[in-house]
Parts: sequence; structure tokens; C-alpha cells
Amino acid sequence: MSEHLPSVDLSPAASRAVEAALGAGASAAEAYASRDTGREVRVHGGQVESLTAATQTGIGIRAWDGQRVGYAYGTDLSDSGVAALAARAAEMAAAADEDEFAAPPAPAEIEALPGLDSPSVAEWSAGQVADIALTVERTALAADPRVAGVETAVYADSTEQVAIASSTGIAASYESANCFAYLQALAEGEGGRETGLGFGLARGPEDLDPEAIGTEGAERAVAMIGAGKPASRSCPVVLDPTVAASFAGLIGGALGARAVQRGRSPFAGRLGNEVASTSFALHDDGRDPAGAASAPFDGEGVPRRRTALIEGGALRTFLYDTYTANREGTSSTGSASRAGYRSLPSVSASNLVVAAGDLSTAELLAQAGEGVFVTDVAGLHSGVNPVTGVFSVGASGRIIRDGALAEPVREFTIAGELVAMLRAVVAAGSEARWVPFGGSVSTPPLLVAELSISGT
Amino acid sequence: MTELLDQEVATRVLSRALANGGRFAEVFAERRGGMSLAIDESRIESVQSGAEEGAGVRVVDGATTYFAHVDGLEPAELERAADEAASALRAGRTEPRPLSARPVTPVPIAVAPEDVPAARKAELLRELDQRGRGMGDEIAQLTASYAEARRVVTIANSDGLFTGDDRTRTRIGVQTVARRGEKVETGAETLGAHRGFELLEEDPGLIAEQAAKKALTLLDSRPAPSGSMPVVVGGGFGGVLFHEMTGHGLEIDHIHKGASVYIGKLGEQVAQPLLNAYDDGRLPSEWGSDAIDDEGQPTQQTKVIEDGRLISYLYDHLGAEKDGVASTGNGRRESFRHLPLPRMTNTYIAPGESTPAQMIEEVKNGFYAVSFGGGQVDPATGDFVFGVSEGYLIEDGKVTAPCTGATLIGNCLDALAAIDAVGNDFFMKTGICGKGGQKVPVGTGQGHVRVGKMTVGGTQL
Repeated sequence: MSEHLPSVDLSPAASRAVEAALGAGASAAEAYASRDTGREVRVHGGQVESLTAATQTGIGIRAWDGQRVGYAYGTDLSDSGVAALAARAAEMAAAADEDEFAAPPAPAEIEALPGLDSPSVAEWSAGQVADIALTVERTALAADPRVAGVETAVYADSTEQVAIASSTGIAASYESANCFAYLQALAEGEGGRETGLGFGLARGPEDLDPEAIGTEGAERAVAMIGAGKPASRSCPVVLDPTVAASFAGLIGGALGARAVQRGRSPFAGRLGNEVASTSFALHDDGRDPAGAASAPFDGEGVPRRRTALIEGGALRTFLYDTYTANREGTSSTGSASRAGYRSLPSVSASNLVVAAGDLSTAELLAQAGEGVFVTDVAGLHSGVNPVTGVFSVGASGRIIRDGALAEPVREFTIAGELVAMLRAVVAAGSEARWVPFGGSVSTPPLLVAELSISGT
Repeated sequence: MTELLDQEVATRVLSRALANGGRFAEVFAERRGGMSLAIDESRIESVQSGAEEGAGVRVVDGATTYFAHVDGLEPAELERAADEAASALRAGRTEPRPLSARPVTPVPIAVAPEDVPAARKAELLRELDQRGRGMGDEIAQLTASYAEARRVVTIANSDGLFTGDDRTRTRIGVQTVARRGEKVETGAETLGAHRGFELLEEDPGLIAEQAAKKALTLLDSRPAPSGSMPVVVGGGFGGVLFHEMTGHGLEIDHIHKGASVYIGKLGEQVAQPLLNAYDDGRLPSEWGSDAIDDEGQPTQQTKVIEDGRLISYLYDHLGAEKDGVASTGNGRRESFRHLPLPRMTNTYIAPGESTPAQMIEEVKNGFYAVSFGGGQVDPATGDFVFGVSEGYLIEDGKVTAPCTGATLIGNCLDALAAIDAVGNDFFMKTGICGKGGQKVPVGTGQGHVRVGKMTVGGTQL
């Protein structure tokens, strides 16, 4: 396929949108324009199954009518298109109720964040990146005779340009690149079929290791062959990084000030309290060079930063955007996020980082003694109540016997409550990795003293 | 019907898409717009509206699909997308067949939501807020949302098909939080359809009362049991059980990739003879219904299980071509930015002969899962989970204590074969199904269904 399109300057479109909204009667306005250029290669059976090349450009306009806010987004960045959207945003504001804390942020100095883009994303041809996905698949198939196939092997990359402007004087832009590859390997044996996920994340394709990704998927699938159900019990559990990341993402979500202020978080009313063991520390870092969610500023133009959330077992702060900060008379932590131009900014974590400890994974298992090593969880969107923190989710993994990994187990649930689980973390492993589940999370494996297992 | 591109432009785009060869090309043009708003702390907020248009062009050659999409519907942009999709091919030109228009009667809409003032929608949410909060002082929080979405699509392909559709969906949802001292519980309910604002003319406030009642009931709950036991699943959204356990495993892409437990089961008895099940994209005005799928194929009723025997998979265009059968009208995509995949529409277990009361009476000790928050399956292994949003113990044939924190877990083939009673109290509910990063509206339905043995994963051993 042809190479990526040349960069466009979105800043003038954002400025025009702000002017148009003010012209349509808004008392204040903000525009967020983005252009996403991406491609995806899916391979199956040694052949390219699909090759997608895509660009999407759009703008979202937030208009204030005094203390009322409205939003409109669209794909038409022409003068007339932007004017129509701006008028629509002002019209939306008229339908909202007044909220005394609704106001656009004031501009703040934004420090540049080098290293977010990657020239290689544009330089590597479709054939070259297809080879990454093909190598992932081939490596998995060759890794073990019990690997019967690969359901999907995928390579994808994207380059995102963002520009923001507001009537309070914010005017900023950045560009960032990300790529990833993953596979779902299928292993067969003992009359059953098992799946195993392998993945890798990087800024540019040269930093992906397709062999390691393929091998991981194959190993995970093969390890599950012959899995049975564990007996129901309460026991020590080691969460591998992919699982720990999913839980960290839930915790990060519950630490957003919007949920807390509205009484819809298990952390509401617990600021300064002991909410975890001292072995569990968590921070949000919107500027970590290795984090996929890093950017110089957030979804409303406030500088991204590092925010300690849980340290020494205590809850240090919540995550704030401008609205939730105004409500408490505090400052935004630069935590307004958007899922592109289509969405209003709202509080959420950027990159969550769980602090690594001293123990290797083998030492962590040894310390667990007897228990379960959980390598996969399912049903998080329906099995976790984000308001109460009560959870029960499907799981699979390995039995830990005499401090080492033993037979595989599946078709069981792990259940508990989020804060109780954080208090029961007795050790964090030393081998942390970035995981794309639960948002963008870096976490080591975690040893939890006790969780309920429901199997037979 | 609004045509987003005329036949002449479509022909030109398809010709360019096949300029370097390929056996099939398609252009999918779409204009999508919508509006949504919410109420929280009794205040109307998050009022927003969107308007997007664009097109996706795909070219199929051998086992490979080349896909490109662009924003906007300018002919020059569409041709650029076609060139992009064709750019990796190296063969000689293929000629598309001349287009011939196939008329479609879209699902009828009585009151176009875009003609209803925003203030009326805000008023509706205020009513939901009052009705829900009116259920008791223990309702501490209520949020409700309203969303309307319209998709106008035009589809043309190199087999000569030129068609389109105009779809409007409307949906409201309510979430409640009840509090008594330290005890906090939640409840949720939704109402949606492939209809306009007329959906909300009857008694939309009822769902606010239902959501409040769920949260209030759970204030008296105990932790869910844990272990293997008979489970009676409620009607309506209980059908998500069949959607996950069976529906996904019947989607032809999973079958072709060796990643479904239903491979080789066609014609076999996979359930007891009392079970009949369908995927049906033509149920009148249902949430998952459309006149045509996103490849232009008319939707249909597909019986997938007849008297316990598996009789059909669910096909999109490419999957059907590979098996030499006709598409079942299940090629769906989230938007012009996505490739179509074989997806469910409205999937349901047909009504049976039992009454819910009988089904519960016959259980000595078990679990009653009235509704779910959602579910997930790995079609390759058949392992599934469902988060129970409203559940009760069954003791000595009677529904007793409400329970929180329950998840049902099991394996598709075992659980499907263990269904030993199907209720006569059939109804449908709405859901949003995710697959391959794409979300589409789906309907799920059933009467009460009893699974003889299933693992309930709670915290009480």
C-alpha cells in the first residue's frame, strides 16, 4: 500500500472552531482536533488475511453558555463544516443544566515530551510489517508440536496528531506513534483445545520482537493442555502481569474523582486512609516515555504529570480533571482523557505504574507455597462492580504446589473485594512489563495472601 | 431512500478498486449522526451530538482482503480509498459487473428523534430521575442516559449489487445506587429498539423503577454461594447465555479458523430435544434488526438449533463463498471504518412449555440468575463467564435470599446439553456485543431456562 499521508496542521482548524463557537453565542469554547493514520495486518495460515490502511480526521467542540456545557463532533473540517458543528455545540449547551463548576481550564506551561513519535512507522512498508505478523505466527507454530494453529496474528500501528485550542488561550499540539503485535495460539492435547495470548507493544516496529511474541502465545496455550477444575477454596493467589494489569486498571478507574465525588467508588471517603498493604504502590504517569498513553498534555490541554496514588499503603490523592478539581477547590492532575475527537473529556488514568518489588517470579511462587497462579481472567466488564468493588471473574492458570508451578486449571472464578485484595498483597515481583489491558499499565506479578476460588 | 453516492460514482470507485485485479470489490458509504445526553445528581449534562460521514473500500484477492477507508464522501476521496486498497495488488484489471439497484424497505420509524427538541429529551430524563428516586430514600444515586443514532448506508459491489438502508435506533438506560449504612448496591435497566422516539411514548419511567427496585432488593443480599448447582436463568437478557455459549461459536470465522467447539457438530445433537434457537435479523423493530446486513444481503430468520440438533452456522459474504452456501445476512460492521465480520443480530431460545414457577419448584437447592451484567466466551475452548446482576438462592424449591457477587462459569457444550427446561414467558432485551474491536447492537431473548448443573462462583464456600 502507499505510504502514510503527509502531516496536516490541525491547529488552524481548532482555532477556527473556537472562533466559530464564540460567534455562535458561546461564552467560552474549546476545540480538539485529531488525525489518526493507521494500518493493521491480520495473517492466518501463512497468508495475509486482511490489510487495512486508514486515516480518520475529526474535531470535537466544547461550548460553554455561562455554566452550561454542550459538545458536538464531526468529520467535516471545512470552514462551513466547522461552523455548523460550533453552532450545534452551542445548541447542545442550551439543553444542559447549569453547573457552577463548569469552566474551561486556564492555559499552563506545557513542557515538550520528546520521543513520542516514531519515523519508522511511516518508513516500514506494508510488506515489512506483514512479515512481523507472519513471523509471530510461524514462530508459534514451530514452537511446539502441540500448537495446532493460530487463530489470529496481528500487527497494527498508528500515528496520531492532536491539536487543541481554547478561548482561554490554550494552543498546543503533539504527535505520537504506537505499534503492537499479538496472537491467539491454539494448542491441542488430551482431547481439548486451549488458547494462549502473546503480545508486544512499542513506539516503532523495530522495537517489537515477533519471535518472543509468538513463543509466548505458544507457551501459554501449551501450558493449559489437560487443564481441569480446581477445588473450591480460599488460598494464596499469584496474579501474572496481564491479570494484575486488569485489576490495576479497575483500581485506576475507581480513583477518578468523578466517581469518588458522586459516591460511586469503593475509595470514596478514604483519602489518607490505609487502603493497601505497603507492598502495593501505584502511581499514574502521563509522561512516562515508555507508556503508550503518554502525551505532553491531557484531553483539555492541561499538562500531563506523575501523580502518586497509593504509597506506603495509604491513599494519597484521586485523579482530577478541571471540572472535578473545581468542585473540590484543588488543581487538575492532568487526567482528562478522551477516546479521540468523538468523546467529551472525562477523568481517567493515563499510564498506571504498579511498583516492582524484589522477588523473581520463582521466589514469589515459592513464597506462595500452596495456591493458584492466575494467568488469565475473563468477564471483567460484568463480573466487577466498580461502585462497591465486589468482584467475581472467570479465571485460568496453574496450581502452585510446594512453591512451584504444577498442573493447569481452568473454568473457575476468583472472587473478593478490590480494597480487601490490595490489603492482602504480600509481595510484588521484580519482573514488570507494559500491558495493554486495563488501559496502559506497567506491573509486576503480585502475590495476594488470600482470594476465594470457586471450582468444583 | 437517500443515496450517498450515485451509481456512476460507485461504478468508478469499484473499477479503480479492481484496477490491479481481485475477484471482489465493495464500497460501503455511510452517514452517521446521533445525539445523547445524561442526567446525574438530578442535573442534565453531557449533552452532545455527532455527525460523521465516510466510506470504506475493500478488494478481495485469494485469501486476502485489502481495505481502506476515508472521511467524507467526495468522489475524489472515495477514489483515493479505492486506489489505496488496490495498491498492493499486481495483476491485471478485473471488470466489475454493471450495477443494478436492489430496493430495500427500511425498518419503519414513526417519530424521527432528530425532530424532537432536545428539551423534550431532557424532560424525559428528569422523569426517569424522579421515578427512580421516588422508589425510596435509600436510592442514593441515579444516572440515566438517552441516545439516538441514525445510520444511512449505501453499498455497491462488483457483483452488481447497489443497495442501501436507513436505520434509526433509540435507547435509554438507568443506573441506580442504593445505600443503607455501609452497604452499597447497584441496579441497572435499559430499553432500546430499532425505532424512533415513539419507543418512549408508552411508559419509559418504568425502567427507572425497575433499576431502583433491583438496587433496593440487593440491600438485603448476602454473598453469593460458590460451587456446582442447578441454575434457573431469567427471561429476556438471560438470553445472553445462549448468545455467548452458542451464538459466537456458530459465527463462521471461528469455525474456519479452527477456533470453535462447534466445529464438526453440524447435524449433531448438541442439546436436549426441547431446545430450539434462532438468529433473526427481521424481528419487527428489534434492537438487533436491520432490513439488510452491512454487505447489502437481506437479513433473515436462521434456525440454528432444531429439537436440540445443530443445523446452521452464521455466515457473512466471504464465509459463505468459502463454504459454497448463501450468506445468512450476518455480515455486520460497526461503521465505514471497519471490515464486516460474521455477527449475530437477535439471537434467542424459542419459547418452551414450562412455567417459571414449575422450573424453580423442581429445584431442591440452586441459584436463580434473573439478569446479567454481561458475559464473555472464548469460542475456541468454549469457556464462558457471566456476571450476575440480580440473583437469588433457591432453597427447597423456593426463591429466598438475594445474592451479590455471583458469576456463572462453565463450558459451552456441557452447559448447552444441561439445559433441561425452557419457559413459556419469552421476551427480548437489548445488548451491545463486542468482537474484534467492533461493537454492534444485538438482541437477546428467551423465556426462563434451567441449566441442570453449572458452577456459581461467589465467595461463600
